[in-house]
Amino acid sequence: MAKLAVAIGLFALILVTAPLVAVAYRAGGLGLSAADWSALRFTLWQALLSAILSVLLAIPVAKALSRRHFFGRSTLITLLGAPFLLPVIVAVMGLLALFGRSGVLNTALSALGLPTLSIYGLQGVLIAHVFLNFPLATRMILQGWQAIPAERFRLAESLSFTPREIHRHLERPMLIEVLPGTFATIFAMCLTSFAVALILGGGPRATTLELAIYQAVRFEFDLAHAAGLALLQVLVGGLAALVAWIAARQAGFGAGLDRRLPLPAPTGWRLWLDSTAILFATLFLLGPMLAVLLPAISGLLDLPSQVWPALARSLAVALGSTLLTCVTALVLALGAARGQRWLDIAATLPLATSGLVLGTGLFVLLQPLIPPASLALPVTLLVNTLLALPFAYRLLLPEARALETDYGRLADSLGLHGLARLRLLSLPRLARPLGFSAGLTAALSMGDLGVIALFASESQATLPLVIQRLSGAYKQDVAAAASVLLVASSFALFWLFDRKGRNAQA
Amino acid sequence: MRISLAAFISCLAIPAAAETPVLTVLTYDSFISEWGPGPAVEKAFESICSCDVRFVSGGDGASLLARLQLEGASSEADVVLGLDTNLTAAAEATGLFAPHGQPAANALPTAYDNALFLPYDWSWFAFVYDKTKHPNPPKSFEELAASDLKVVIQDPRSSTPGLGLLLWVKAAYGDRAAEIWTGLSDNILTVTPGWSEAYGLFTEGEADMVLSYVTSPAYHRIGEQDDTKDWAPFSEGHYLQVEVSGILANSDQPELAQAFMAFTQSPEFQSVIPETNWMYPATDIALPEGFETTRPEKSLLFSDVEAQSTRQAALEEWQSSLSQ
Repeated sequence: MAKLAVAIGLFALILVTAPLVAVAYRAGGLGLSAADWSALRFTLWQALLSAILSVLLAIPVAKALSRRHFFGRSTLITLLGAPFLLPVIVAVMGLLALFGRSGVLNTALSALGLPTLSIYGLQGVLIAHVFLNFPLATRMILQGWQAIPAERFRLAESLSFTPREIHRHLERPMLIEVLPGTFATIFAMCLTSFAVALILGGGPRATTLELAIYQAVRFEFDLAHAAGLALLQVLVGGLAALVAWIAARQAGFGAGLDRRLPLPAPTGWRLWLDSTAILFATLFLLGPMLAVLLPAISGLLDLPSQVWPALARSLAVALGSTLLTCVTALVLALGAARGQRWLDIAATLPLATSGLVLGTGLFVLLQPLIPPASLALPVTLLVNTLLALPFAYRLLLPEARALETDYGRLADSLGLHGLARLRLLSLPRLARPLGFSAGLTAALSMGDLGVIALFASESQATLPLVIQRLSGAYKQDVAAAASVLLVASSFALFWLFDRKGRNAQA
Repeated sequence: MRISLAAFISCLAIPAAAETPVLTVLTYDSFISEWGPGPAVEKAFESICSCDVRFVSGGDGASLLARLQLEGASSEADVVLGLDTNLTAAAEATGLFAPHGQPAANALPTAYDNALFLPYDWSWFAFVYDKTKHPNPPKSFEELAASDLKVVIQDPRSSTPGLGLLLWVKAAYGDRAAEIWTGLSDNILTVTPGWSEAYGLFTEGEADMVLSYVTSPAYHRIGEQDDTKDWAPFSEGHYLQVEVSGILANSDQPELAQAFMAFTQSPEFQSVIPETNWMYPATDIALPEGFETTRPEKSLLFSDVEAQSTRQAALEEWQSSLSQ
């Protein structure tokens, strides 16, 4: 198992670096220009702010969800996975329907005779990144809360701890364990932002590294420049992973009895805070999604026939990469929990790689061997696995560590190893994060457009590629309806896996 | 190892029909969508060539060239369809193209004769707007800059219409281009990576005008029976986008490729273009009913070489004017 973890970790590192090296080798070097430094500054600044805001907003929401019980709570927790799996342009359109120039907010403001607000600029980039990432942060932090054994809260209660003391002894150690990884994940995600930053950033002021890479690869064919930029991006992402690695400390609550004891609801202003947090999360989540998806639903009935085989292809790729991702992430997380901490870096770096350079590099590597079109689906599968790995790993890691600390020695002393240990101990204990990871991976790879565009011929299009083709041929309304189909099927996969994981725990 | 890996992976591929020759056409995404020209073109050519036409898409026009440069001489493609004249100088410099051997296309507003690249359609860039909301659209870039209208444009670093606008302003204003961009900066609502995002923002009512083509309103009139969209004639003249195709020198089907080039000029191909690609046909054929209302009075177009040499400086000018 440990050897397998090392092998997979190395393979992930190779898969991240080899395409980059291939691109640089093909170009004969690395190049950067003066304009890149301002792109780097903007990229870092927006990623930092986006990650801070997402995490800060997620803490009260996760806390409220961990101790409040209300109708629809379980659905809301599932829906937290949804923004993350919206295709970027759908998310942007949804936000514009609310905050845009002719959106709900500004229409209301001008009806009241108030000055309107512009979403275009850094504020728009942040709103979009928070919309896309804060639900994920909430889920990650919520898992942390749920991983604190209920007996610890009972004990605190019987010792008459004040909320402040509970925070100090239980919640703060948990947050110190969970937050750095959550932060690094979101930071790395926002590093590679391209369309969101450009559209909502309002123009060339909001140039990110990924846009510069796009320009270098697609327009100027300056591969040295692209490789230089991609390397910069990977270095920054790696640095973030390193900082998270240093900052995180295991909370060490010890094992509990796995009883589900409802936490008491708070009193006074804290009760109001909880309700506000939940209300805010619900509105901020559902508003943009409903605004963009509802009007397009009517178009579902007359979708073109191209859509259905594309949907089947997307589903197949999604299920394949889900299986691969879950296996690799599980092996890596268990390996890291047993002391191979460098795996942290191997499992975070894929987030910071540019999808375009990854695709281009693989293309350069494989094209001399085999016609690219025959590789479209296998390569997509591989890349999707690589890109989903960081999330799955990050979700599994805290619980894998707790599992190792709490039950590792017992299992060792019982001689429980290999597959038996996996079946009897690891899988049941990790069912919840594993289900969530599987759901996210499936949904992510359903929606991924990344490399398929570089490899596919007409007969191999996945659903996101068909949507792109439709929206380029004036059929924006059909593209919108096809997006509804994409979102619905992504969400169905996500819901299925996530539900399974959460029920297995009970 | 090499062979076994290749053999393994080719098992995953769909086996191609071995008997009939295959013509591989590299083109942009929207060309091969169900509503694009692709399906009709494929059917029409296959009925006369006894071959199998296979489209491979590689993003938009600019990424086609990058794709070719990446693949070099080992590209599978026989024909590339979808470059525009702002990219042909760079395409020629790759040395990957062979002469097409066809006479120049005869229905362009300015003559375009290039031994390597053959136009198959074209249109003028224009700002499209809703005439029920804005009965008096601006008549020039300067009027647009002075108005409080909000436009959405495409990024010249990632999209061919964006690059077209950059060269349009440069062709119309020369040394004054930076000044025009500075004047326009408060009218530019935002810049999108590609055409479809920009057009989507416009149809959702987020922007007053969008950079598109004079032929875009025809889509709404004919395709959607919606007569509310129009394009604003600018007194500076309108920059042309001429879309071309070319044969790759390394094609293993040179005769088929030649035949396809001739086919792009035939009425069968050309008559598909207006109502699927929403561009003007490159040869003199009758336009569909309601396709055209008026034409711009003046056409602007840099030569292939000028477009290539102007681009970098114009881009820097654009970026610094809009970043202030």
